Amino acid sequence: MLPQGGGGLADDSGCPILHVDMDAFFASVELLDRPELRGRPVIVGAAGARGVVLSATYEARRFGVHSAMPMTRAVRLCPRATVIPPSHGKYAEVSRGVMEIFRSITPEVEPVASDEAFLDVGGARRRLGPPAAIAAMIREQVAERYGITCSVGVASSKFVAKLASRQCKPDGLLVVPADGVVEFLHPLPVAALWGVGERTEQALVRLGIRTVGDLAQVPVSTLQREFGAVGAHLAALACGRDERPVVPHTPDKSIGNEETFPHDVDDPEAIRRELLRLSERVAARLRASGQVGRTVSVKLRRSDFTTITRSRTLREATDVAKEIFATSCELFAASGMDRVRLRLVGVRVENLRPAGTAARQLSLGERETGWREAEQAMDKAIRRFGPDAVRPASLVRPPSGPMDL
Amino acid sequence: MIFRIDRDVLAEAVAWTARSLPARPSVPVLAGMRLEVTDDQQLKLSGFDYEVSAEVTLEPQSGEPGVVLVSGKLLAEITRALPAQPVDFVVDGAKAVVTCGSARFTLLTMPVEDYPSLPAMPPAAGRIGSDVFAGAVGQVAVAAGKDDTLPMLTGVRMEIEGDTVTLAATDRYRLAVRELKWHPEQPDFQAIAMVPGRTLADTAKALGGTGAEVEIALSSVGGTGEGMIGFSSSGRRTTTRLLDPEFPKYRSLLPTEFSARADIPTASFVEAVKRVALVAERNTPVRLAFRGDEVVLEAGSGDEAQAVEVLPVDFDGDDINIAFNHQFLLEGLGAIDSDVARLQFTTSTKPAILTGGKPVDEGATPDYRYLIMPIRLSS
Repeated sequence: MLPQGGGGLADDSGCPILHVDMDAFFASVELLDRPELRGRPVIVGAAGARGVVLSATYEARRFGVHSAMPMTRAVRLCPRATVIPPSHGKYAEVSRGVMEIFRSITPEVEPVASDEAFLDVGGARRRLGPPAAIAAMIREQVAERYGITCSVGVASSKFVAKLASRQCKPDGLLVVPADGVVEFLHPLPVAALWGVGERTEQALVRLGIRTVGDLAQVPVSTLQREFGAVGAHLAALACGRDERPVVPHTPDKSIGNEETFPHDVDDPEAIRRELLRLSERVAARLRASGQVGRTVSVKLRRSDFTTITRSRTLREATDVAKEIFATSCELFAASGMDRVRLRLVGVRVENLRPAGTAARQLSLGERETGWREAEQAMDKAIRRFGPDAVRPASLVRPPSGPMDL
Repeated sequence: MIFRIDRDVLAEAVAWTARSLPARPSVPVLAGMRLEVTDDQQLKLSGFDYEVSAEVTLEPQSGEPGVVLVSGKLLAEITRALPAQPVDFVVDGAKAVVTCGSARFTLLTMPVEDYPSLPAMPPAAGRIGSDVFAGAVGQVAVAAGKDDTLPMLTGVRMEIEGDTVTLAATDRYRLAVRELKWHPEQPDFQAIAMVPGRTLADTAKALGGTGAEVEIALSSVGGTGEGMIGFSSSGRRTTTRLLDPEFPKYRSLLPTEFSARADIPTASFVEAVKRVALVAERNTPVRLAFRGDEVVLEAGSGDEAQAVEVLPVDFDGDDINIAFNHQFLLEGLGAIDSDVARLQFTTSTKPAILTGGKPVDEGATPDYRYLIMPIRLSS
């Protein structure tokens, strides 16, 4: 009954953590509408000069294509690939459905991204059986309901579960038994460890530490001397210790949107218009999530990729686009970049808290109902009539087609 | 140029002039302090940053006319540290030599010909006691905005109608208004000026404490020297550029009818607010519940530390729950200058008015009013 992935039969007692990762998620979803492309290289991402690969089928990956790669490079590597522009609404819908399957198994679901999540099934054992059986059930249900595959790692801790799912990809299931963690980990390169980026890896390799096994041999005190607090963390991971629990809902630390221009822009008016569009989007997302934030930050990337961010903390937390936009414009004006060619701009609101608990300092002569209420009315109109129903006049584009006169 | 002067007199004058020098001058020469001995043997020290100018006139013990520009900050540090003996200041070529007792400093001079000339004082408009003025400005400037991104709210508005001066300032969350009498040069003098709040507060404080009168120089609407205000007192004069006169129409925002009034001894009220505010973070409210003859002060929430304190109060009106930013409340209580604080309310989302004590004549408008906007609590 268990699908392939021989590891599925290993001892799964003491392995309550599941890491579920959709295989080539966006690409797989696109293939549902384009079955004729099955078995062929497919890349999802904006096709223009500025596009990056968001997802690629395993057929395309064989040519060296991977996500976050510039599209131009990907197409050079795999000229036969079909490039499909992304349609995020479609992915969000499948993602929601998949997360629902997880939540029907246990409330202990920690989404990491739209296509991956950790589950703690320790409490579902009596009802649904051992973790490996639950993992198999998840794979079956996802395949049955959405026609896409996923890979599941089953282990005693989050980071081992994540490594396991990566190793059994695509369409696999791997159980790392609690007493087999060390054997599983030690042959892996140090870069596989959570928190080891390029810099730490280089530093480790300089010390002659290439595999997790090498790392486990080094005394903690030596690691602490070399890496400070990170040293103790590395030592713990090398022995397979990871105390992080599965946290069902991690509240957003910030909400932001950014946009890469199709061509670099140096017209401050055009940039402010983009800031307005992003502010509207961020504010709508804040309101939808029932949050307000106090810090507004603006990200500006020059055409040579050097990037600055500027932020300001407001007196009062807000979810109003008008306020976010006004602050963004001030930050932009103060950045000294108003005549610089920009490649990307972004608006972000940080310092979030639930809107309900926010006491609000009233200001003099303030109307009882203001912009917040106006924007809430916009939300309602958009929910009913679609995303283009209401928007600021400066964002209304002239009709694109030739007009009949 | 040569002069000799008493150390204390010089140190105080240099310190006063140096206050208005810019910390980061846009042009190097603006970091300088100009010293001039005039033909009639007066010593003038001046500083200017294109916004604010300051000038002191002193009587040196002896002197030879001339003018020099030296680093104001350095001169202030030197004169402050000099021993209590006469100071000799001699300009020798491109250097200035300061000698006092056994100490001797050589300073580089700066090109005085590049230094901008100080703006002329606008015509004198009237006089007011320096202590009264300093007190009134302090009461109002506390409500001025500190956010330079909203320059219109960083000013103190001065409205002059004959012998009445009205000072007002608001940062949108509170509004302080003070009326006082002065002596105008012309009985029908009228003017409106927006004075940068921080500069006005500094100036009023620096000119106060002497018991002398302050002369205010300000042109009436459309007169010469518009856009500038000057203050002078006992040999010191300062000018500052005015802000755009735009200001909220505040008079209509001041409520005149209330549904409740509370009189509370100021000192114990301040103490209690300070105590409960210990658990309130910045910008979080102190909640006041007025019930009969007591008020319950509370801060903090169930998730964090909480504090509560009860004070007796002379209360008249409908029970009310209202919440304020504790910093705003404390600053208001500090400004009323009275043993008894009077708070008047209408509802928990409408402005409350804080005034000092029982007015002599119930119903009369008090000289000083501090309006404070409440914090609306989510229900």
